Parts: sequence; structure tokens; C-alpha cells
Amino acid sequence: MAFKHKHLLGIQDLSPEEITTVLDTAESFIEISAREVKKVPTLRGKTIINLFFEPSTRTRSSFELAAKRLSADIVNFNKQLSSVVKGESFKDTILNLEAMNPDALIIRHPSSGAPHFATTFCRSHVINAGDGAHEHPTQALLDAFTMRQEKKNFKDLKVVIAGDILHSRVARSNIFLLEKMGAKVVLVGPPSLLPLEFKKFGVELDFSFDRALEGAEVVMMLRIQMERQQKNYFPSIREYRNLYSLTEKRFRLAKKNAIIMHPGPINRGVEISADLADSAKSVILKQVENGIAIRMAVLYLLLGGKESEATD
Amino acid sequence: MKLLIKNGRVIDPSSGTDDTLDILIEKGKIVEIKAKIENKEAKVIDASRLVVAPGFIDMHVHLRDPGQEDKETLSTGSKAAAKGGFTSIACMPNTSPVNDNRGVTEYILSEAKKKAVVNILPIAAITRGLRGEELTDMADLVEAGAVAFSDNGHPVENSQTMRRALEYSKPLKTLIIDHCEDRNLSGEGVMNEGYHSYLFGLRGIPDSSEEIMVARDIILAEKAEARIHIAHLSVKGAVGLVKEAKKKKIKVTAEVTPHHLFLTDSCLETYDTNLKVNPPLRSKEDTQALIQAVKEGVVDVFVTDHAPHTADEKDAEFDIAPFGICGLETAVSLLLDRLVNKNVISIKKFIQMTSTNPALILGLENKGKISPGADADLTILNLHKQIVVDVKTFKSKSRNNPFHGWKLRGAAVMTIVGGKIVHSS
Repeated sequence: MAFKHKHLLGIQDLSPEEITTVLDTAESFIEISAREVKKVPTLRGKTIINLFFEPSTRTRSSFELAAKRLSADIVNFNKQLSSVVKGESFKDTILNLEAMNPDALIIRHPSSGAPHFATTFCRSHVINAGDGAHEHPTQALLDAFTMRQEKKNFKDLKVVIAGDILHSRVARSNIFLLEKMGAKVVLVGPPSLLPLEFKKFGVELDFSFDRALEGAEVVMMLRIQMERQQKNYFPSIREYRNLYSLTEKRFRLAKKNAIIMHPGPINRGVEISADLADSAKSVILKQVENGIAIRMAVLYLLLGGKESEATD
Repeated sequence: MKLLIKNGRVIDPSSGTDDTLDILIEKGKIVEIKAKIENKEAKVIDASRLVVAPGFIDMHVHLRDPGQEDKETLSTGSKAAAKGGFTSIACMPNTSPVNDNRGVTEYILSEAKKKAVVNILPIAAITRGLRGEELTDMADLVEAGAVAFSDNGHPVENSQTMRRALEYSKPLKTLIIDHCEDRNLSGEGVMNEGYHSYLFGLRGIPDSSEEIMVARDIILAEKAEARIHIAHLSVKGAVGLVKEAKKKKIKVTAEVTPHHLFLTDSCLETYDTNLKVNPPLRSKEDTQALIQAVKEGVVDVFVTDHAPHTADEKDAEFDIAPFGICGLETAVSLLLDRLVNKNVISIKKFIQMTSTNPALILGLENKGKISPGADADLTILNLHKQIVVDVKTFKSKSRNNPFHGWKLRGAAVMTIVGGKIVHSS
């Protein structure tokens, strides 16, 4: 089925059918990364710029490898090494890079809406690689891909998302996606990081992690940022850990076949015990692996490669 | 030179006049108002089918002069006011340098005399440098021409300082205007806190931030038996507080802007920085409460909070763009279209809130009324004129206005200041 978008700005803009299209397309790319020669000519001649205005390990490398495995040329823009440090504005930065005729811009930015702003004045396809506390669509898609691998379908799947919901773009994109796909989402966190208005997204809220874990099939942990403590969102890391860290004991409350997810980076021993993160229940590295196939699918669907080449 | 305005529907809420009358103007003053005036020397203006109102007074604008003349100057700001139908505008002290001493007040008044086409009324700072610590020399500033005091843009956070300002201002018969915001609650917020801020992933400014300061100011004004004017009311809870205070005869007055009446936080889904303003656009429930407050007289005055910014500053990520809407040239048409022409309020009530009341609140004795001896400041309205807002036609130096493209019915078609036509269309 066709994917009729010029940009990928957020999960909010996608229909359940389009989400399924991305997941199915990614399915056909997964095997490429396992080959001896990890490259197909699908996007040969296309130029992509990775514009990261924020630090990133996974997303940036994942997009870069996805582009390279599809034979696109990709350039990495690094804020610290760019003219942004000389005071060049976001708009001027993009206009200058666009003058080099790229086909797509992959944008990660600390301000919500920055990729949307970019689409108001640039020609290229824009892919949101995470904007502020707003959306991180490819993360939600790779999470969904991983859940589908493990749990087959989304209908009534109980997914618990725990941690700093307020500041998390990963949480939002996952909420939007899972809601569209018919899963049952429960959000967990201290009330200061989990405003009641989140109910309006069609999810349940629970301030007790233990209670929320009952019957959970997927437990998605979010990183807790240390600087939140200085702003009094919670009293101390110690207390946060007691109430909201995923420990072995606590994880036993979930369903027997439950899986553990985390978008990374992990604070071992804070939101999740180190042993659990490394356990067989954890699909955290699987998520990272699947990320490449998802990003290949997204690049392919947006940059208009031909169907026959996709399965090359 | 004499001016004779004929056959207009003259509405003056201060005297209860609403009739077809002629007005004769001489030497900058209104000299006669009656049914038929003939005068061969006077230049005649035919105001048939038009409404003639006492000149509109916007008691909340930012003119950026001195210091940020790339955004606006006394000259361009005054021309924008004239085009928008305002004959007097009161300018906030957050200039560079801050209007916290006689020198700056005098600069504004002398520059205005040379370059401005409408009356410029300087508002001085409550505290030096807007720092919220030491009071300015208020008596000296009043003598120099300051019409009111405000640290606008900043709240006066220290309650003791606010209390002293209210007490000290009483014998000066001046007015304290407060921008009500608890900075700790607002934090680094950029829009109204609520469902939409969570949806768009933007940091929120809660309604409690405004309510708490409004409550504090009302308490302080009551104890000091002083007057307090609440700037740009934006939330339902604060409306309730002002309403209760008025019932208790506490001397509180309040103002509201068109953007807080007609736009909501859901508009921000485009991340259009022209919608970034402080106080932020609030929820639908808040706008409904504000409109009700206008109808009930809880809010006394319409203001623009005209806050010009350059295109470069606004053409940025939402988080870093400055707060503010450039509103002088759209306010009158918005209010006429949305409130008067939709029968939410009467034309008389509208004129009361744009002229009569601000003149009373600021103590401008010869303004806000059409009577012999009053200043010949008049705004002439065509209630049926269709306009399409086009920021490219603005007289203001800035263009940051979210109403671009809106089709509105009703406009100021002539502005007369001191007997001189300063705008006509």
C-alpha cells in the first residue's frame, strides 16, 4: 500500500494502515543487515543529511547505517563542529545545507516543533529523529516492530510505560502508536512526571508500579534524567528507585512471558536493575538492531524507491 | 484650523449620548456638539452611516523606543496606533534603558512631540531596572509625565515591595499596573499548561501562575486601600478573583487583549511563533470565561499588549522565539467583528472599554469623552466595512501578528488627534 507523506514528522500523522506498511516494509529489509555484503542499490544517488542538534548514539548511527545499506550518500552534521556555535540560526543552517541539494534531512532537535518549522521553508523530505518532548516516530515504529516480533499482534496487548513521561518524546510517540493499533497502555510514574491530562490520550495512569505490572506483557522503561531531581520532580534518586525502578522482584508481578524494553540510554541501577537489562527477558538490544530496518523502511518509503528494488 | 464632523452617529458613553449629531472642532478642542452645525470656515467631514466615538486609548503597548528601534519606534508605533483607531497609547517601561527615571520619561515625551502622530503616555517602572527591589522616584516621574507604573514583562515578585508601591502611590493619584505571574510556577514555560502542551511537547505555564499573583495583588490593594490594575487577564480563575474583589468594593480594575479572547492554546499545533505570547493563549474554557467577564463588566478595558518583534527573532524554533503579538492594527476590527457585530456586547459597551474606562482609570480628564472643552481626539468607525488582515500593510515596524488573512467586518476609518486627521481610509 502507498505511503502518501512527504515527511515523517510524527506518529500522530499516520493511520494504522500506514504504520503496518512501515512495519511490513521493515520486515523485508531485516535480512539485508545479516548478509555478508550489507548493501542494496535501492537509494543509489540519493543524498541525505543527518542534522543532530542534540547528542545521540543510537538514532544517528542507525539512520546513517540505514542510509548506507540502501546505497544513499549520507553526511553527518554535528552541532558542536558547525557554524551554529558561531551564532548561525537553525533556519540559516538548514537553508545553507539545502543549497547543496540533499533529498532528505533527518532532524534531531531539543525544541519541540523544530522539524515542523523546517518544513515551512525547505524543499527536502524531513524526517523527525526526535524533537524536544514531542515525538520520536522512528523509535515508536521500531518499538512496535519489536513488539510485533515478540507478541504477534497489538490488540489488547498490555503495555506498561514507566518513568519520566512528562519529558519523554518516546512515550508520546509510543502512546500515539499503541493507541492507534488497539493496545492497552498504562503509564506509570510519580504524579509530578505524569500529569492527569495524559488520560485524554486514551491511556490509563497508575502511580503504583506494582499494581500496573499485573498482567503486563510489555514493560517499557524510560530513562530518568538526573537533572529532574534538582527541579524537585522527585526528592532523590534513592526514593525514585524504591518506587519506580524495575527490579527482579517487581518484574515477577508481570506476565510470565513479559518482555522488557528501553529506548536507551540506560541508567543501570536507576530505572532498571543491571541484571534485568542484560537478562533474557530484555529485548533492548533487539530494539537497536530493528532500528536499522525501520529506518531503511522509512527512507525507502519517503524517498520513493521502487518496489522491485526493495526486495533486491 | 476648524473641523466639522457632520451626520455621524455620535456615541459617548460618559454622557450617555447616542444620536446623529455634528461636532465642531477648533484649536484641538471640541467646541460644540448639536444636531445641525453650519460653519463656513471649517473643513467638513461627512460621517453619515459612521460611528463617531471618543478617541480610543490603548493603555498597554510596547514601543521599544529607546533601545530596540529595530522592532518599533515612537514614530512607527504611533502610526500603527493611528491606523488601528487609537488616539492615545500608554507605553510600557521595559525599554533599554528602562523608563525608571525622569530622563527616559522626558526623552519619550520630547521624541513623541516631534515624531508621534498620536498621544504617547509613558508608564514608568515600579522598581529600578525592573529588578523588583528598590522603588523608582515615583513623585518625580509623575511630575515628569508618567501616567502609571508597572514592571510589565516582569511581575513584582516581592510582596513587601508591591505593598510599598501601592501605599506610596496613593497620594500621587497614579496607578499601579501588575503583570501577574509567579515566575517559579511559569518556569521555562512557553505555552499554556494542559492537554495541548502535553500533546505538542511544549513546556507549560500553569493558570495558577497568574491566579496566585492576582490574588496576592488584590489582598495587598485591599489592605493598602489602594488601586490596582491587573494587566492582560487570561485565566478563568483570575476572572473569578477580580469579580469577587469588585463585589467587595476593592479598587481593582482589569484589562483583556483580543488574542486572549479569540485564540486558544489548541492553535499552537502549527508551532507558529506568532502565537507565542505571555500570558500564553489559554484553553477554550478560559476564553469563554473572559468573554463572560467582558459582558458582566468584570473586565474594564480592552488593550492590545502590542509587542513588536523582528521577523528574524520570530523566524525560529518555538522555544527560543520571543513572546509577543503586534496588535495595534488588528484589535479594533477583531473586537468589532467578534463581539459587536455578533451581538455579544453593544457598540456603546465597546466604546466604554476602549475609551471611557481607560481615560477614567488613567485619570485623563480631557479624554475619553465627547463634550465641549474636551480634547478633539476622535475615532470614526465603519461597523460594516469588510477587511482582510494583511500584515504586509502594517505601519508598525514589525509583522508578528497571528491574524494574517482573517476576514473581519468593522474597522476604524478615521483617527483624529487634537483636531488633526492622522489616519483616514
